[in-house]
Parts: sequence; C-alpha cells; structure tokens
Amino acid sequence: MSQINRIDGGLLDRTQKLNFTFNGQTLEGFAGDTLASALLANGHKMVGRSFKYHRPRGIFSAGSEEPNALVQLRSGAYQEPNTRATITELFQGLEATSQNHRGSLKYDFMAVNDLFSSFLSAGFYYKTFMWPKAFWEKFYEPVIRAAAGLGRLSGQDDPDIYDKSFLHCDVLVVGAGPSGLSAALSAGRAGARVILMDEDFRMGGRLNAETLSVNDQSGYEWATQAIAELSAMDNVRLMTRTTAYGAYDHGIVGALERVTDHLVSSNNKPRQILWRVYTKRTILCAGSTERPIAFGNNDRPGIMLAGAVRAYVNRWGALPGKRVAVFTNNDDGWRTATDLAVKGVEITAVIDSRDGQPPVAVPNGAAVVMGGRIVDTQGRHGIKSITLSNGQKIPTDCLAVSGGWSPNVQLTCHQRGRPTWREDIAAFVPGGELPLGMMVAGAAAGNLSLSSVLQDGHNLGNKALSDLGFKPTTETAAKSDEETVGISAFWHVKESKARAWLDLQNDVTVKDVKLSHQEGFRAVEHLKRYTTLGMATDQGKTANIPALAVMAECTGKSIPETGTTIFRPPYTPVAIGALAGRARGKDFRPSRLTPSHSWAEEQGAVFVEAGMWYRAQWFPKAGETHWRQSVDREVTQTRASVGVCDVTTLGKIDIQGKDAAEFLNKVYANAFAKLPVGKVRYGIMLREDGIMMDDGTSARFAENHFVMTTTTANAVGVFRHMEFCRQCLWPNMDVHLISSTEQYAQFAVAGPNARKLLQKIVDRNHDISNEAFPFMACGEVTVCGGIPARLFRISFSGELAYEIAVPTRYGDSLVRTLMAAGEEFDVTAYGTEALGVMRIEKGHAAGNELNGQTTAQDLGMGRMVSKKKDCIGNTLSERENLNRKDGLSLVGFRPVNRSDELKAGSHFIAKGKSAEMVNDEGWMSSVAYSPSLGHSIGLGFIKQGSERLGEIVRATDPIREGEIEVEIVSAHFIDPEGERLRA
Amino acid sequence: MKHRGLKYSGFKVIKEALTGHKGWKPVWRTPKPKKEYDVVIVGGGGHGLATAYYLAKEFGLTNVAVLEKGWIGSGNVGRNTTIVRSNYLLPGNEPFYEFSMKLWENLEQDFNYNAMVSQRGILNLFHNDAGRDAYARRGNAMMLAGADAVLLDQDGVREMYPCLDFENARFPIKGGLLQPRGGTVRHDAVAWGYARGADSRGVDIIQNCEVTGMVIENGVCSGVETSQGTIKAKKVAVCVAGSSSRVMSMAGMRLPIESHVLQAFVSEGLKPILPGVVTFGAGHFYVSQSDKGGLVFGGDIDGYNSYAQRGNLPVVEDVCEGGMALMPMIGRARLLRMWGGVMDMSMDGSPFIDKTHIDGLYFNGGWCYGGFKATPASGWCYAHLLAKDEPHPVATEYRLDRFQRGAMIDEKGMGAQPNLH
Amino acid sequence: MIINHPLLGPRDASEFVYKGDASLIERPDWQADNAAELFHDYLYLRDNPAGEHQELWYHEQGDRSWLVVTRNTLTHDITNVELARDAVLAKQAKKSGRGEK
Repeated sequence: MSQINRIDGGLLDRTQKLNFTFNGQTLEGFAGDTLASALLANGHKMVGRSFKYHRPRGIFSAGSEEPNALVQLRSGAYQEPNTRATITELFQGLEATSQNHRGSLKYDFMAVNDLFSSFLSAGFYYKTFMWPKAFWEKFYEPVIRAAAGLGRLSGQDDPDIYDKSFLHCDVLVVGAGPSGLSAALSAGRAGARVILMDEDFRMGGRLNAETLSVNDQSGYEWATQAIAELSAMDNVRLMTRTTAYGAYDHGIVGALERVTDHLVSSNNKPRQILWRVYTKRTILCAGSTERPIAFGNNDRPGIMLAGAVRAYVNRWGALPGKRVAVFTNNDDGWRTATDLAVKGVEITAVIDSRDGQPPVAVPNGAAVVMGGRIVDTQGRHGIKSITLSNGQKIPTDCLAVSGGWSPNVQLTCHQRGRPTWREDIAAFVPGGELPLGMMVAGAAAGNLSLSSVLQDGHNLGNKALSDLGFKPTTETAAKSDEETVGISAFWHVKESKARAWLDLQNDVTVKDVKLSHQEGFRAVEHLKRYTTLGMATDQGKTANIPALAVMAECTGKSIPETGTTIFRPPYTPVAIGALAGRARGKDFRPSRLTPSHSWAEEQGAVFVEAGMWYRAQWFPKAGETHWRQSVDREVTQTRASVGVCDVTTLGKIDIQGKDAAEFLNKVYANAFAKLPVGKVRYGIMLREDGIMMDDGTSARFAENHFVMTTTTANAVGVFRHMEFCRQCLWPNMDVHLISSTEQYAQFAVAGPNARKLLQKIVDRNHDISNEAFPFMACGEVTVCGGIPARLFRISFSGELAYEIAVPTRYGDSLVRTLMAAGEEFDVTAYGTEALGVMRIEKGHAAGNELNGQTTAQDLGMGRMVSKKKDCIGNTLSERENLNRKDGLSLVGFRPVNRSDELKAGSHFIAKGKSAEMVNDEGWMSSVAYSPSLGHSIGLGFIKQGSERLGEIVRATDPIREGEIEVEIVSAHFIDPEGERLRA
Repeated sequence: MKHRGLKYSGFKVIKEALTGHKGWKPVWRTPKPKKEYDVVIVGGGGHGLATAYYLAKEFGLTNVAVLEKGWIGSGNVGRNTTIVRSNYLLPGNEPFYEFSMKLWENLEQDFNYNAMVSQRGILNLFHNDAGRDAYARRGNAMMLAGADAVLLDQDGVREMYPCLDFENARFPIKGGLLQPRGGTVRHDAVAWGYARGADSRGVDIIQNCEVTGMVIENGVCSGVETSQGTIKAKKVAVCVAGSSSRVMSMAGMRLPIESHVLQAFVSEGLKPILPGVVTFGAGHFYVSQSDKGGLVFGGDIDGYNSYAQRGNLPVVEDVCEGGMALMPMIGRARLLRMWGGVMDMSMDGSPFIDKTHIDGLYFNGGWCYGGFKATPASGWCYAHLLAKDEPHPVATEYRLDRFQRGAMIDEKGMGAQPNLH
Repeated sequence: MIINHPLLGPRDASEFVYKGDASLIERPDWQADNAAELFHDYLYLRDNPAGEHQELWYHEQGDRSWLVVTRNTLTHDITNVELARDAVLAKQAKKSGRGEK
C-alpha cells in the first residue's frame, strides 16, 4: 500500500520512483517530491515531537519556515540533525528518522512532560531547582539537558567537504518567485550582470503552488518560460538551492548553495558552497510567510498552514487529508478551500473569523461559519475533529489555518532596518534604513496580490538599471488577474480554554505570553528571553507576530507600540562546516616550510609548529630513543666542534635610504646612528608604552643599507610597526623597507670549528679570519664559486658563530654543502630544542621572556634604553611603576639539589613564607637540561633578582604538586666573559 | 535590608500551577523616578543591577535608582556566551575574579532565583611547550590565589573530550589548563535575579530612561538629566559598558577605552555532546553547550571601532574555521543565530572601578569581552566603593590613573591597543 | 566591509589590519615639558565617537599602505579614504603654514 494520499497533478516526474525510509519503514515517492510531500503522500502525519512537552508534531508548512517536521537525515558520520522535511528534496535511498523521543515516535516516554505542563510554565525553572544547592548540577540539570536538544550529532568528524568563494554582480535578486523573476527579467534583458537565487530546487516560488495564471498561462508555465529566457542570457546566473542568509556591510550578501544535499552521496564534490556576493544592488524578492491563528490544541498533526495544504495538493499531488476544514481570517484561506474542492477533496467546513458574507463561492458541501471560532481540537496522534465556539464538533483529518501573510523582511533587518506596521495587511513591512543597495519587491514589501507583485518586481529591476546607468528595455511587466486579498486581523481565540500554541517547536502558548506580561517581561526581547519564543530552529518565522499581538492585547497598546521583532542572520540555519570551508585539519592554516625542510625530512627530523612555520625540533640519530639524547648530542657536538641550524624563520627586513640609520635610531631603543658599515649591532625595540616589543640585530652593509633580523614570532608585527613609523610618524624620512624573510635562506653555523667550516665554502677572495671579520662583523661574500651570500658574525649560542644567508633557491644546496663540508669536523645539524638549550645556557631572552609584559629593565637591559634621543617607547618607559626598586629582573636559577628538574611556570616564594599570592616573587620562564653543566638550569624573573645572586628560594609548582629549592645565579651559565664568541 | 518580595520555591511553583498561575507578581516594579536619590546608577545591565542589589543588601543603601535607556539586561548580559571562570594570571586580576567565582557559587540561594550556575569546567587548550609553560605559570598563580586549576596532558584532554581533532590537526593538542569550577550561567537570569533582589529591597529600576546629560558644577556631580527629567543624586555611578565613552563624554571625560563589536553564535538545539567549556589555543574559538542544547560559541572581536550590534562575515568564518579545526564533528550542526555586542575594550584589557576627578561621579567599565563572569564581583566592589569611598581590597588596581603610573594589568601582553586584548 | 584604497581601488577589509584612532599619527614631542602627560594622552585616551571616526588601516595583504579611513561607527559607512602619509604631510603643511603667519 504505497502513496495512499497521492492524487493526480503537480510538478512531479512520475517516471522516477524514489524509495526512501522513515523510521526504518521503506516508502516511495517521486522525483520532485520533498520528504514532507512524500510523507504526506504516504499518509504519514506525525513526524516528530516538540521540544518541551514532547507533543506529537506533524508537517506544518511547505517551506523553510517549518517549526515541526524536523528529522534526522542520513546516518553514521553523515547524520544530520534537525533537518526540515519540508525543504529536503527526496532522493533514492534517503534515510530519515524522527527526533526527540525516548521509545518510539508514537509512544514517547518523555511525553509525560505534557501531563505536568502546568508546572512547566514559562520560566518555571528560574523559580525552583535551587534546593538543595548541590542538586542543580548533579540531578536537575542533567535531566533537563538530556530532555532538551532535538537531534543528535554523530560525534564523528564531518566527512564532507565544503567550499567558499566570491561572486560579483550588478544586481542580485533574492527569490525567484513572481517578483524575483520579473525583476531578473527586466535587469537581465538590459544587459546588467544579474544573479538570481532561490532556496528552492525549483524556481517559481508560489507560482508553483498556486492555480493563478500569468499572461494567460498557468503561473508555473510562465515561470518555466521566464527561467528558460533567463538561462539563455550570458549575463544572468541562476542559482537554485541557494539561500541568501545574511546582508552584511557595503553590499556584501552571504549565500549558501546546497550542491549535493539532494543526492544520496556527495561523491567527493563539495556538499555546500558558501558564497560571498559583492553586489551593487540587491532586490529582495523573498515573498511572505503565512502565519497561524492560535486556538485550543492547535498543535496537532494535521493542523497546517492553509497555503501549505494547497501547495501540497497543487505542486506535489499529495493530500494532507481526505476531509479538510479551513480556518481563516482572510480571503487567501478560501483559496485553499476552492483549490482543494476543484481536485475533488472534501471540504468539511470553512470557518472565517470575519463577519459578513463569504468572499468567494463556497465549495460544495462545505459548512461555512462566518464570524466563527475554533476553540478546541481532538485527536491524540493527529487531528480527528474540531470544536467551534458554538459547541459544534466537526470531524476532519486536516485543518488548514490562515492568519494572514507576513512579508519576509529578515534581510532588511540585518543592519539597521526596523520594520514598520501596515494595518491594512496586518503585517510588518520593511522599514528604516535598509542595507546598502537593497530594495524590496513583491510580497516581501507587502504587495500581496500577484498582479502587483509582478509589476513591482519589474519596476525595481528597472530602478536598479537606471541607478547603475543601464537603459531599461521597453518590455512591460507580466500581467495577472487581480485577486482578492482582504484580511481582518485575528490572532487567537480568546474563548479557548485549552492551551493555544504560538511557538510550536519550543512549546510557547498564549498563556505563557500572558504570564510573561503578568511577571513584567513586557519588552519584546524580555518576552522572547523569558518564554523562549522564537528561539527555535525556525526563529519564530510563524510565531513571532501572533505572539506580539497577544502581548499587545495584554498591554492594551497597538502592535507597533508594543514592539517590533527584528531579525539577525542567518535567514535559515547554516552548517558550521560550510562557514569553515576547507580550513580544517592540516589545512586550517597555511604551512610555511624552511628552505632546508626537504633535507631535514630526509634526516628524519622531528618538526614543531612555530607560528605558521614548521621547524626541525631535533634530528634523531640511529639508536636514540628519547628526544633528550638527540638534543644533548646536538648541543655537545656544537659546543665541541660545529653545528648548523636553519634560522630562516627569523624576520628579515631590508632597510634602505639616506635616513636609514636615523630611522633605526628611532625605532630601536639603543643607539644605531653611528654603527659603522660592516658591523652588526644587537638592538632592542620597545612599544610606545615602554614595554619590550622585540629584539634582534641590524647589520649595516652600506652607508644607506641595513639588514634587520627580528624574532620569528614578531616578524610580521615588527614590519607592520616599522611601516607605521615610516608612513605615519616620519613620512619625511628617506627610508624604504621590504620584508625579505622569504627571499633569503639563513643558517647559523656555530661552534669552535665554525670558521674552519665556513672557510671551506666561502670563496677564497673573502677573508673571514678573526682579524678581518671579527665578532659582530658583517659583509657580502660569495660562496661555492660565486653564489652571493650575506655573512654575519653573530652568536645566539654563545659559541664562535656566524649566520650565513643565501637567496632562498640556494638554501637546500647550502645546507647539504655545509653538512658535507663539515663531515671532517663531525658537524651536527641542530634543531630548535638545542637552540633553546644553548640560548638558556647563555642567558639570552626569547619568547618566554619577551612576553609583552616585561621591560628592558626587567630583562637586565635597562641601561641600553637611550635617554638622549627620541625613540619609540622611551618617554613612557620612564613611568614610576616600570622603574620600581623592587621590580623584577631576569636571572638564572639552578636546583640546590642538582638532580632536581626545574619546571617552567613555577613561582618563587621566599623561604619561610607561605605559598600564597601575596608572597609571590616571580616565576620561572624557561628551563632546560644543560648537557654542558650536567643539570637542569632555568631563567626566570624574580623581584630584585640581580641583587640576590646566591640566595636560595623555593620554586613552587602546585599545579604539578612540586616544590624545590633553587639558587639565584647569573643568567650566563656558560662562558660569562664571552671569550668563545670572540675566538 | 529585608527582602519584601515573593519567595520562589518548588513548592510555590506547584501551588501556582494548581491555581492557574494567578499569584505571580511582576519580577520588578515600574516606578516613576523620584526627584532625588542617594545613588543613581546609570545602566541597567548586569553590573548596574548587581551594584544596586549589593548596595541594598550588603551596604544598606536603598534610596537608589537604576536608570536604563532601553530594557534591563539589554546590553552584554543579554548577549554573551555565558562563561564564568577565574583563570587569570596577574595579581591585579586573579583575586577579583576568584571573589566573583565564589559569589557565583552562592548566588542563587543568595538572590532566590535560579540562574543555572553550572560548574562544568573550563578547559583552555595548549599546542606547544611555550603554551604549556605559560599555562603552568597561570595555573600556579590561580592556585596561589586560592582558585582551582589542573594541568592536563593530551591523554587527559582526550578523556574529557574524545571528539576533538587529535589525529590530523594543524596545531596538535598537547594538553590544557582546566578550571573545574569554571562553567556557564543562564545570562538573562542573572540580570533578572539581581533586578528582582534589588527591587524587592526598594531600589527603583527605571526602564526607557536615557541619560542625556550630567549635572556638574564646580567639579561636583549632583545628578543627571534624563529623558524622564532631571534626577538629583548624591552619587552618580556610571556603568554602561559599550556606551562608556559616550556617557562619560557628557562629563567632559575621555577614557582609555574603545568600543568594539564582538560576535557570538549559537547552533540549533542538539542532544548533549560537550560537557563543559573548551577554548582553542591555536585559533579564535571557544564553545560550550547550553541546557537547551545549542552550541554557544564565539571567537575574536571584529577588530574595528563600532557601536553597531552586528559584525561581518570574515570573523564569522574565522570562528567557524577554528571550530572545525578543533572539533570537526560539528560540521553538520547548523549555526542558528549570530549577534554582536558592543565591548568596552580598555587599553590593557582590564577594567576600571574607580572614582573620577569629579566629586560624586564614579565609573565602572572597560570590561572588554570579559564582563559577564565579573558581574557579581563588579557589583559588589562598585557598591563597596560607592558606599565607603574606598576600593574593595580585591579591586584596588582597577584605577583610571594606572596608565599614568605605568601600572598596566595586561594579561595578554599586547600593549595599548584594545583590539588585541 | 570594502575599503576603497586610493591607489588600488575597492578592496575587501579582510586584507587590512586595523590599528585604531587616526590621532595616533600625531605623536607628541618627546622634549616637551609635559612629555609624559602628552604621551599618556596620545597613547591611552580616545574620543571613541559613536559616529564619524578617522582611523588607521594597514593594507597588510596588499601594498602595505597605511590608510586613514573615515568611517561611521554606527553605520559602518565609509566616506573617505586617504594614504596616511598624505594625511600627515597635509597636517604638517597646515601647521607650518599657520606658523608663518
């Protein structure tokens, strides 16, 4: 027995049967169906449970406003919670299950909540669950959490891929209903670059669901022709399954295209694409959304929006019921009765809240109750009958409700727009300041008749053209008969004793709104927050206005005086995966590789992330099973003979110009103006607030040419800062900067045999003897027979050391050459760990010390800050708190018991004092095991440290349950006189 | 001061349910402003309402008005990611936030309103050795100040959050700093609970009352001009977060504050999958799951001065990238709502609770995007300052003159640029 | 947002890095008697207007120009964009012009 409620007609491809499952049951539908229409065709009314009371829920709408029919789509890692059946295109093999019930859908254990509903009124949880105190987290909250939520994530990584891209156009038309098609036609025919997008998989909007005619054809035939005409235009891009979800600054619109959601498998194509559309004009043709009327037990499966009932019948040939009643406050509701009657569906009754005569002919056999009210309904898992205020009970298995139509103003509110109330249609229309370049046409602007919609779209298409300097064509708008659109506002049936739902998903009823008013939550935002109205996945698209009307009634004010509801992006929910695109896993951020990366990989190096860079951390040799073995060896070998380390990641800035020296003198805190050509100087850079920003070296290659190095971490920031100084502070200086970090491969060559090794590769015409090229010398040389190189005699390790830079393309061969030439010296490559050990042994500050909170004085370099010149940071570095007598200073630490291991992050407490914050004297910033000394060593900041050498304090580390005694020592653990580096 | 309002309890809820909920009263009154008050608090956000509550309850000052230009709780207390924690590093901050945490822990019984304080733990992840060292330093500082902290290694993190990306991450997770007492609180309820507690003790909460000017003569502030007329006050206490510069400019003051927009996000409701709060150390992303099931998450501020309560797409994308890098299982969860709040970003990332150079004018602000967790302590310490004219012992560093003295409280070490904090 | 770069035309704001109030281009004189106070006000105090705001943006993913952008902080509308260098030089010219009178 399949498709028991399927009738003839509609826009289906009946040659393509599609099998799908719902809660494990195999069902059948046709291409062109949505999951909702297929479920209805198969006679399925109940598809889910509500959020709070776990009431049975059926299909309510035929679009993205659906509050009820949310299902779990697909399975395994592809499982997709809270998917609206009403916009899910049917495909062969679709799997769907219902959500939010324990036990079966029909017999949900959690439905017990409904029995206690009077205890679970709006905001009840704020007033209870407070005693005993510990019970909230241990008992009440876990129960509430488990009951709340709707669908379920799989917990597995999302296996699909998502793309992001940009689109540019003159005119973006959002919505391809009658107004959107008209607007796109007029703009497209004149040659403007047009994008027309629609969330549906079939363009045409309401024309697909109505029996109205356009230009003497059926509406959907006209739409099909219009789409064909637009498709033939090179300047028009049509995008179905694409939702404009947000309007952002300066005419940028966010849109989501669902590329493969309608297929059983994405087949390695992106599942969705996030588009950022840069447009000069946006014509919003988003149509309108029907809203319900609230009355007793108006939430049962089978109670639907009247327009949706008609859409299922007209577009999908699916009957929501066999005996249909209509409840309306407007003429449009009658159309459902008429359309269904034409299809031979039994119309049991039309109840119109308005007095007077029926606006159209009454379908055969239908009872008509003008001025009527439905006060209650019956039917546990689906509607069986309705009760009118006069006590009359009418059997029906589907109730079509229309409370009028609300323009879809959402995108107009995403910036500063505030909708305004139009009494004649009892609805908010776009108002206030619309997003840049946005115009609104058709039903979205409050024009509810088809003929006006067609004309409006056409006119605004032409308006966009003339704004942008295009000449409109002489074509006129499509024509349609004028239909009747009368409405008289009617929001809820006061006579109803039973609960009357406003927000169907979150279970907010008329009583909840009244209680909210009674308790003082009267501002619209208070109402929403207190009752959770409009906070569900449908964002209250069908609920907000009726609820506002109930609140207005309570306050005795008009609806616009009571408030407006505004909307934030997104228009419909957007998958987080789509907003992230490809930036996940290893592609989360770009990877920067050093010039020696391939070589290091060949050596089996272990790499570490340093910002975007990957750097070799250490180079394990055969037989080394623990990282410490490798690192100790690298340090020992370097200090004994020679080591090579890739330091390309240090920022390099080329500085040229007549004023280059003076410029450096201003950005560095220490003096640079008189640095001789051929010399390098260590420099410290302050922020304007006097705190250390960075340290590094600058080498003077010529009178007007310097090369600066910065730390790896601050390379980008220092360059930005220097450009700020150059362009914004001293624009008259003749100085130019360029970042050359990626243009040069740079290696440190360190150790007693460093010179001997370099002499093997530096071309012989360059004298690099100690006399000719002393400590802190620099020069341009050539290597390996003419390759240009820059050589610096600088040392981070404390050894006789050089840094040599060659154009990046030679980096790989340089490291191979160095390592080959160094074989006779037992050269070692060393990584960042050994680099770190050696700099700690030497007492050099690095990232852990230059943490943006420390001053030059803290680092023991206070005297370097020149007071005789203007430089960034020197004025504010003089503030009292930065020059306290009891300020911090950077010193060395060693464990009193040499076998103890120091821990970075420990805090220093004087002996005999308790371990609490008031006695906190500083912290250990960097530690290492020194293979040279045979014990753990550390650098750290402690109050007045430089005056306390030899003192023993406690290094307390409660978070690792440790505490040891440490001795304050000089930070220069190795070669304090600096003899090695001058050798 | 005695509480004269309605007492909430499970019993009361049951009784009302059985009698048609007719006995519930407005949670706060709607009074007309009096001509004069002892203290006028400008700003009916979380901090302003908490200040009024503690002034009345702890310091016996009840001739107090809270003036709110819109509806109470419409600022950042109504639009944040609900996180509470006291995992700070610096001595100027940590005791204050730990004081706040202790107030959170007893808040609901104190003000008889269930704000759903849920101490499900906050975990800050690190991805390298330097990160571990910095968190060890911070964790130790927290413990020295009497707070709780646990340093987790990778396995420890994996046990709590198996669904993070441990296998394929660009920046592998190496461990995390956990504060088990951290967690979340139902944000709106905080504003309502304080409002109810203050109102029941006699404080006038006046909504739709915008301050349009300050009454200042000879260096003394004696009241405010408002959209509902002039209101005199012995003390005027400004507490307006993102609007700080606007309001204080009425007193001719320039502040070390910029207003920036911070976006926040919530997904559709989902069955429980995240037990606590997680912050990503290698991207801008933090997340928790609300009792209703939504993933509540956020990231970096948009980065430009703004008074618009909305942001732009690049940050939305950046935050979701962080989310997918950290936990690729959320790809199929849908973002339901995003919104923006205006943050009073200070020059060192830390707040101010201080007197101004104008007698009778007090200022509380500069909370950056961390104001929510501070609400109870901010209210208490501001009330202390207003009542006693001296700072509370845990808030002695929050002075407006600290930049003149070089006494910055710069947790992140970013310097005098608000959008970096 | 889109910033209309004076040299490169309209560019997406995500190519830029924001610094803050354009008054940061007016660095005080380090030798003034009240230099400490001037530098404090310069570095720490802000007008922070709700409305038109002149501010510094750096085209980091572009030509590395620093720009002075006039943008409304309530609406985000941008009404003027100029090279910071030009803005500084214009200010200097104006100052020295006044000085001569």
